[in-house]
Amino acid sequence: MKVMVFYLMPYADLDPGIKDKYRSAWIVLPNSHFDPEKGHALYNRYLDELELCDELGFDGVCVNEHHQTAYGMMPSPVVTASALSRSIRKGRIAILGSAFCLRENPLTLAEEHAMIDVISGGRLISGFVRGVGSEYFSFGANPVHSLERHQEAHDLVVRAWTEPGPFAFEGKHYHFEYVNLWPRPLQQPHPPIWCPSMGSLETIEWAAHPDRKYVYLQNFSPRLAVARYLNLYREIAQRKFGYEAKSDRIGYGAPVYVADSDEAAVNEARPHIEALFNIFLPKVSEMMFYPPGYMSPESLKSVMQLKRANAGGVKIETLIERGIIFCGSPDTVRSQIAAAQAELGFQEFLCMLQFGTMPAALSVKNIRLFAKEILPHLQALTDRDYRGFELPKHAAE
Amino acid sequence: MAFETQTLDIKGNRLSLKRGGQGEPLLYLHGTEGLSHWPQFLDDLAQKYDVIAPDHPGFGSSPTPEWMDDISDLAYIYLDLMQALNLKRAHVVGHSLGGWIALEAAVRSQERIGDLTLLAPAGIHVKGQQKADIFLIDPDEQARMAYADAALGAAASEQANAEKYQEVAIRERIASARFGWNPRFYNPRLGRWLHRIGVPTLLIWGDTDRIFPPAYGPAFQSLIPGAELVTLKNCGHLPHVEKRAETLAAMQTFMAR
Repeated sequence: MKVMVFYLMPYADLDPGIKDKYRSAWIVLPNSHFDPEKGHALYNRYLDELELCDELGFDGVCVNEHHQTAYGMMPSPVVTASALSRSIRKGRIAILGSAFCLRENPLTLAEEHAMIDVISGGRLISGFVRGVGSEYFSFGANPVHSLERHQEAHDLVVRAWTEPGPFAFEGKHYHFEYVNLWPRPLQQPHPPIWCPSMGSLETIEWAAHPDRKYVYLQNFSPRLAVARYLNLYREIAQRKFGYEAKSDRIGYGAPVYVADSDEAAVNEARPHIEALFNIFLPKVSEMMFYPPGYMSPESLKSVMQLKRANAGGVKIETLIERGIIFCGSPDTVRSQIAAAQAELGFQEFLCMLQFGTMPAALSVKNIRLFAKEILPHLQALTDRDYRGFELPKHAAE
Repeated sequence: MAFETQTLDIKGNRLSLKRGGQGEPLLYLHGTEGLSHWPQFLDDLAQKYDVIAPDHPGFGSSPTPEWMDDISDLAYIYLDLMQALNLKRAHVVGHSLGGWIALEAAVRSQERIGDLTLLAPAGIHVKGQQKADIFLIDPDEQARMAYADAALGAAASEQANAEKYQEVAIRERIASARFGWNPRFYNPRLGRWLHRIGVPTLLIWGDTDRIFPPAYGPAFQSLIPGAELVTLKNCGHLPHVEKRAETLAAMQTFMAR
């Protein structure tokens, strides 16, 4: 299994009092709550920690994109990935991902990804995301066209990365007279493309298509939902496309906190993971996360059923019990992740070793202990113990 | 009053409509809430008019043609519909999104339009006059905000909460966003062409409209030549539902002229 570290880079100095004043840390939280001096220290601390992970033998570092929120300070993961492209010497640099379809011109991102790939000597992973629902409020982009634009932007970018230019692109949403990327990416035919998702059926099916077979990554979800969506990828591959999906196409990301004992781990992680779920994550409304047309009516109904069942998971004990986070002593965490691997068969694991308000003293301790006690064990794990999945009686919803 | 459901083919697009009553033709263009909760207001109008109430593409029983992505598409669809039905001097009545569509159609052609009644129409933006973002809030909150009367709002809110993940509610939100997402329910170019409207126009606005603030009434009035404005007291964003009698009274005086 490959193990990468994934940072959201939250504004960890967020005043917890905002919870009583604003409905969400997304979009409606005034940016007067962002102190650039503190931001300076945080960015550099997070970059240092990711560089430490590279030194300690992780298979890569991951950054992602969110807008107008204290939840993550990376409206442009291209900036953080660029900063890392000279200092990360061994591992992969994964942008998970960029929301190409939010842009009026996705080629600007295609150029930037190509630059990072060339500078890093071909170590970039390009995640293609649609952005969470709230980004459609931040950008003004119409969520009704999200899926179409996502797929069209992908086609445009892959052609731009692989076909000799200049050529003209005539799509439904994008029209360009001249496509001729300088530079082209170093990796051939192009950097690996990953599909991080919240479990939209359309994305899973698209990622699993035999023309693509992209890594499907489920982040940050209850185990039940993760199992459902990861298995859905395999099921669609088998039932709809007639091939067996390999375990290296299956990615899973979760917060991890490890300490000397289970009790110490829970106590140390508690305020920070609970802040993540109770202060950084809440939305103004359900609609803010699932704006109209962002998902098909079928996907929305299915997601809302799962969401409702999971409402109220705000205590660390619940998060551990539901398999949303891994937390405990090295023995506990090793066996938790091994059990998840046996159940889900993922061969790409993303651990979030800093979350919410967690200060450097704890995240660095977490990184070092994880690297020493968990990482070698996981890197040796194959999918040999994967139990396989059962095709459900009913077709995928 | 019995309404009959018809499906028309308008240049290859299926449009479902309900038609009932006798008299002069009256085309009703609904708002984002659609027609799944049939407004009694239309039954009342059918006592005296030939009421034609289509489901906009993507609403109710009308599918959305994939190519449709702009309010001007709806304007042309309804110009085509009026032509297909051979309407003459039709009373065109539009609420909210439907009022916007009526205006977009009217600036293009008033050949078949006798007069316009606009109930809290969308379509323009007045600097500094913030509209509610109905996409950011949940449907139950939107339903509550749509009424001035708290009890009516609470009942509507409960109903919206129960229905928000039903197929039709999801589809109608998608259709609303298709045409009204960005900019939110207005066309920056519409204001500059409203001077073209030469038919009698009545604007009706609730004085406690929390979706589109009442300040939009005078703004429209100043852009549409000769437009009259009636402001209803203790009335929210649904004048034809919350103040049905007053709305009908104002309309009938206007349309009888």
